[in-house]
Amino acid sequence: MTNPYVPLLFLLAIGGGFAVFSVFAASIAGPKRYNRAKLDAYECGIEPTPQAAGGGLRVPIKYYLTAMLFIIFDIESVFLYPFAVAFNQLGLFALVEMVLFIITVFVAYAYVWRRGGLEWD
Amino acid sequence: MTALITSLPTEFKVAQVDYSAIAPMLIVTAGALVGVLVEAFAPRRLRYAAQVGVALVALVAAFVVLVTVSVDAQGLTLERAVVIDGPALFLQGTVLLMSVLGVLTMAERFGGESPDAFTPMGAAVPGSPQEASAMRAGLMSSEVFPLTLFAVVGMMLFPAAGDLLTMFVALEVLSLPLYLLSGLARRRRLLSQEASLKYFLLGAFSSAFFLFGAALMYGYSGSIYLGDISKAITSASGELDGLLIPGVVFLLVGLLFKVGAVPFHSWTPDVYQGAPTPVTGFMAACTKVAAFGAILRLVYVGLEANRWDWRAGVIAVAALTMVIGSVLSVTQTDVKRLLAYSSIAHAGFILVAVLAFDKLGVAGTMFYLVAYGFATIAAFGIVSMVRQGGSEASHLSQWAGLGRNHPVVAAVFAFLLLAFAGIPLTSGFTAKYAAFSPAIAFGGRAGVSLVVIGVLCSVITAFVYVRLIVLMYFTEPAGGEVVAEMPSPMTTVALSIGTLVTLGLGIFPAQVLSLAESSSVFLR
Repeated sequence: MTNPYVPLLFLLAIGGGFAVFSVFAASIAGPKRYNRAKLDAYECGIEPTPQAAGGGLRVPIKYYLTAMLFIIFDIESVFLYPFAVAFNQLGLFALVEMVLFIITVFVAYAYVWRRGGLEWD
Repeated sequence: MTALITSLPTEFKVAQVDYSAIAPMLIVTAGALVGVLVEAFAPRRLRYAAQVGVALVALVAAFVVLVTVSVDAQGLTLERAVVIDGPALFLQGTVLLMSVLGVLTMAERFGGESPDAFTPMGAAVPGSPQEASAMRAGLMSSEVFPLTLFAVVGMMLFPAAGDLLTMFVALEVLSLPLYLLSGLARRRRLLSQEASLKYFLLGAFSSAFFLFGAALMYGYSGSIYLGDISKAITSASGELDGLLIPGVVFLLVGLLFKVGAVPFHSWTPDVYQGAPTPVTGFMAACTKVAAFGAILRLVYVGLEANRWDWRAGVIAVAALTMVIGSVLSVTQTDVKRLLAYSSIAHAGFILVAVLAFDKLGVAGTMFYLVAYGFATIAAFGIVSMVRQGGSEASHLSQWAGLGRNHPVVAAVFAFLLLAFAGIPLTSGFTAKYAAFSPAIAFGGRAGVSLVVIGVLCSVITAFVYVRLIVLMYFTEPAGGEVVAEMPSPMTTVALSIGTLVTLGLGIFPAQVLSLAESSSVFLR
């Protein structure tokens, strides 16, 4: 056991084995009751429409809008965590930089809020 | 694994920031953020004036700071992520000046209430009741001005990037606003949306190429800094060439896409045609400046050491770009598509100068970018003025007889076309001279053959331009009357500056040429 990457290999094998096992076990042991909803295409929570979007049917993008806004704050917190952990070493410079960063994100937030991006309907 | 962890620095080191060096970029960023706040809080009737004002003040202030403060603060800053040196400053200044002209043409209203080139509501389905009611309510897309400023920030950072990741971030910062802007045309909405989508998909594809290339280069050299990559190439034994060659190819593919070099050019005509005309002008001029700046830095600082491995490929790309750009421009029937193919041909001419691998090649490239950019913004400004039946006369046949009705507009456009063709007394001639002479002097046999191809292609494009001039002056109009709208003082200023620079650089190029030569040395 000299190579430090050997455990990774084991992890890969266990992970792959678990995936294969689950698929097979479900197909053998699981109940098989088919209905309409199960045969539909999976579309991120949006009901599939019979015709293409060009036929006058508009797809609501509320969900995507909310998801995109979430990602902005998600990324912000991704940067905030390591900053908070290393705060003692970083000092004033990093604090100022972080405040500037948050202000920048906040400007985008103000725009979204004023333009009604946070209203569901 | 443990060795890897202990080799990471445990102590945090505060990055040294030279604020006077990056101040122009910070000013433009601040302007863009203020623009977003204006969009959020200012009452609707004040937005247009406020946005145009903020954009112009930010750009001019950034330029003033650039020429007064930043020129004395040259060096590597932000832990080598940003390099402010001669070429970076020259190209940043060029981008700022051109984007002032770009903003002036974007603000054109032709007597209406809102900027004329842009849709009142980009999210509405073209031709839908929502769009009509947005038009009646006097809505406008005044977001275009902050978006332009964000794009300018990316364009300023692009040629100043000292490492591959900063270069990638700059690439995205300049691209994302442009994808949006090209989808906001007021008329021919579907064409505009198609342009936006095509640009976005192909742009994302090329960004992935660039990023993959950056990853391979990191694997090869253990660093993302261009200077370290250059050292790694010089001292390498050759056993990792399997990473180096694909890495270089992918990086170059990503950047050559942005300048629209063949075979990565297919987006150019569609996007130039579909985007709002002032945006096309801004994009054609400033994106080329920024992307060629990045190519220059990557090639001259990072990859010059193994140029014999990839030079032949780029020579082929340059030759193809010139030939295909000029030959296909002959068959075009749409003015904007014609100018798009001409911009592809010009990208080829500029690549000839890049391939000289000499200080003078850098100067020639930068001078060509200045000459081409100012002429392009003015040319697209005129395209947005020439109309038939309320919308832009984009088809070539509609331009017949323009010279009789509007002699001044036609004369200015003819002059700009002659500049594109490279006729003496225009900036096009001096620029081609500045670009081709280093290729002959330092490019060896390949450089000379490229110049021969370039001159032949110039003749082909000259035919196209002369045909258009003949159409404007000596052909009877077939359909309705073509009119040149009376532009506002802002557009007039932009057009005059663009035309005067084109004339001035054709007659007295010495000062700008010597400025380009004196600022053509890269810091490493």
